[in-house]
Amino acid sequence: MSETITLGKALNHGLRRALEDDSKVIIMGEDVGKLGGVFRITDGLQKDFGEDRVIDTPLAESGIVGTAVGLAIRGYRPVCEIQFDGFVFPAFNQIVAQVAKMFYRSLGNVRLPIVIRIPFGGGIGAVEHHSESPEALFAHIPGLKVVSCSNPADAYTMIRQAIRSDDPIVFFEPKRRYWEKGEVELDAPLAGAFPLHSARVARPGTDATILAYGPMVRTSLDAATAAAEDGRNLEVIDLRSLSPLDMDTVYASVRRTGRAVVVHEAPGNLGLGAELAARITEECFYSLEAPVLRVTGYDVPYPAARVEEDYLPDLDRVLDAVDRSFGW
Amino acid sequence: MANGVREVGGALPQPAPGGAENQGVSDAPAGGFVQLLTPDGERVDSVTTADGTTYTVDFTDDEYRELYRDLVTVRRLDAEATALQRQGELGIWASLLGQEAAQVGSGRALRAQDMAFPTYREHGVLYTRGIDPIMPFGLFRGVDQGGWDPNEFKFNTYTIVIGAQTLHATGYAMGITMDGKTGNADGEAVIAYFGDGATSQGDVNEAFVWSGVFNAPIVFFCQNNQYAISEPLERQTRIPLYRRALGYGFPGVRIDGNDVLASYAVTRAALDQARNGQGPTLIEAYTYRMGAHTSSDDPTRYRIASEVESWKAKDPIARMKAFLTKQQLADDTFFGEIDEAAKKLALDLRERVLAMPDPQPVTLFDNVYPHGSPEIAAQKAEFERYHATFEGSAH
Repeated sequence: MSETITLGKALNHGLRRALEDDSKVIIMGEDVGKLGGVFRITDGLQKDFGEDRVIDTPLAESGIVGTAVGLAIRGYRPVCEIQFDGFVFPAFNQIVAQVAKMFYRSLGNVRLPIVIRIPFGGGIGAVEHHSESPEALFAHIPGLKVVSCSNPADAYTMIRQAIRSDDPIVFFEPKRRYWEKGEVELDAPLAGAFPLHSARVARPGTDATILAYGPMVRTSLDAATAAAEDGRNLEVIDLRSLSPLDMDTVYASVRRTGRAVVVHEAPGNLGLGAELAARITEECFYSLEAPVLRVTGYDVPYPAARVEEDYLPDLDRVLDAVDRSFGW
Repeated sequence: MANGVREVGGALPQPAPGGAENQGVSDAPAGGFVQLLTPDGERVDSVTTADGTTYTVDFTDDEYRELYRDLVTVRRLDAEATALQRQGELGIWASLLGQEAAQVGSGRALRAQDMAFPTYREHGVLYTRGIDPIMPFGLFRGVDQGGWDPNEFKFNTYTIVIGAQTLHATGYAMGITMDGKTGNADGEAVIAYFGDGATSQGDVNEAFVWSGVFNAPIVFFCQNNQYAISEPLERQTRIPLYRRALGYGFPGVRIDGNDVLASYAVTRAALDQARNGQGPTLIEAYTYRMGAHTSSDDPTRYRIASEVESWKAKDPIARMKAFLTKQQLADDTFFGEIDEAAKKLALDLRERVLAMPDPQPVTLFDNVYPHGSPEIAAQKAEFERYHATFEGSAH
C-alpha cells in the first residue's frame, strides 16, 4: 500500500510498526505520550500501546538515556526522543561515556540496542537551542552509529532498521522537513530494503558531486535542478549514514565527476565536510579536478531567527561553490 | 551539620578539618543510626526508627561465623590487591578497607534474583555474590575494561564515571516492574551502590526522581565513607545524606556502616519492600575509607591521623570478632583457620593475577559494535598490514 505522507508521519508509522513487531520496543521521552511529542512524531502511540511502552519521562535528558541503558541491559529496546538538538547535552555524558562504550567495556557481553532520536537543524524560526546541528560530535565517538533521513520513504525504513539494529544509533531527523510529503510503501518488507548504513544517489549526474544529508538534501537537489538550466549536470548523494560513512558510493561518484562539494548546516570547522574532504583527497587524489569544497554554517553559535537564512546554506551558496569548483 | 548556619557577607562555609561530625565521643553521628552491633561487640537486640520500622537479625551461630569469614576474606583479598599494585602488577587499585561490613552485609542481603550495580570499589559485594574475586582484576591490571556479563552474574560492570550507574540501575528496575516481576516475595529488586561524593551528581538526583515517580524496585546504597578523594562530606551536603530521600518521596535510613548486622538487616528489609512493590529506599551506610581513595592518592594531605585512629576503634571486623568471642561462638582456633583460609585464597588470587595474559594488540579493534563497522574493519586490516612489515625484524 503506497501512501503520500509527510516525513513526520512516516516516522510515526515506522515507530508504530516497530512497536507492533517487537514487544520489547519502548518509546521514552518528554511529552511523547498524550501530546504525541512537540512535533507529533509519536502521535497516538501511547493511546494504542499503553503508558508502559510509550513513556512520558521526567524532564531530564540524562535520565532518559541513563535509564534506557538499564532497560536495555534488562532486554528492552528503548527509543529515546530528545525534544530538540540543543537539549541533548545534559545526556551527552550518558551517550558518550556509557552508551557508546558498554559493548566494548563488557567485551561484547552487553548490547545496548538504543535509538536516540534528535530533531535537528534550523530554518524554523525558533529561539536559541532549537536549531542546532550537533551530529559531528556524535559521529566522532567510537561505539555510536549516526544516521540522518532526508525524505519520507527513507525515514519510514531507516527508523525501523535503527530500532532493529543492536548497535546504539543516534538518529537525526531534519525537523524543517517534517512536513514535506513523499510516497511511502507502508507494506514493503524491511528485508528487501537498502542497508541502513548506505548512501543513496539522490540524483545521478556527471559534472560534480554534491554530498549532503538530512535537511540539506532537498536544498542540494534544488540547486542541481537550477544548475541543469545552466547546463551543469550535478550528482547529489544523500549520505544517510554519518557514521560509518558509505565512502565506496562517494568515491565512485567523485572518480566519475572529479569534483565534490559537501553541504551541511553545522559549522564547517571539524564538521562532516572536513572528514569527507580528507578521505576523498586520500582516495581520489588523481581523479580530482578541484579541491573538495564545503558549504556549511558559519563557525558561530546558531544565530537569531531573523538572520538564520543568512547563516544556513541555500541554493545560491551551493551553486556558488559549484562555480568555484569549476573555476579551478 | 556543623555548617548549617550560613555565614554572613563573606566566604563560602569551610568544612571543619577532619569532619566535624566525627569529633564527638559517641560513635554515632548526630541524628543517630541503626546499629545492631556496637564497636565493643555488644549485640543490640533491635532498633526501631522514627517511622516505626523495627530492624533486627535472626542469624544462626553458623551464619554469624560465616559473616565473619566474609569480612576477613574480602579484607585479605583487598590487601593482596593493594600489595600487587605496590609491586607494579596492577595499574591502580581502589581499596575497600574499612567498608567491609557495609559491602558484606548489603551483599549478603541480596536474594539470588536481585541485580547489583556497583561503582568500582564493590569487591566485597562481588565476593558475596559468589563471583570469582579475580573478575575485576582485568580492569585494574589493564588487560580489559571490566569485561563480564552483568546478566550472568547479576552484577553489572564496574562503572567509573561517578553516579552514572544509578540511572542504569533505575532503568533496570523499571524493566522489572514492566516485566511484572514485583508485588510478591519472589519479586526482583535492584541495589545501586555509590558514595557520598556521587550524591552531588545530577545523575544520582535524576535517579532518585525517576525511581520515585516510577515506584521502581530499587535500593540506593550510599557508602558514606566521609571523603570524595580529598573532599570531606561537608563539601557535598548540608544535611545528612539519608534525609535527602524525603525530598524525593521515599524512605531514607542511616545505618552504622561498620556494622555488618545493621547493613544486612536494613538492606534486606529495603530490598523486600522494593520487590513487594513498595518502591525505593535510600540507605546511607555511615562508614570510613580507612585507606586512600585509590593507590594513586595520598590521604595524609587532607586528613589528620587522629581521625583515622578514632575510626580504627570502630573497625567492622574487630567488633564481629569481639561479639563471637563474648558469645563463645568462636575461639582462637576458628579465627586462625579463617585467617589461614583467607590467606590461601589471596595467594591463589595473586598467582592467577600474575598469570593473566596481555591481550593481543589487534584485539583492540574488537567489540566496538555488535554489527561491526567497515571503517574499523579497514583500520584493523591496515594495523595488521603495518605490523606484518616488522615480521622477522628485531622489533
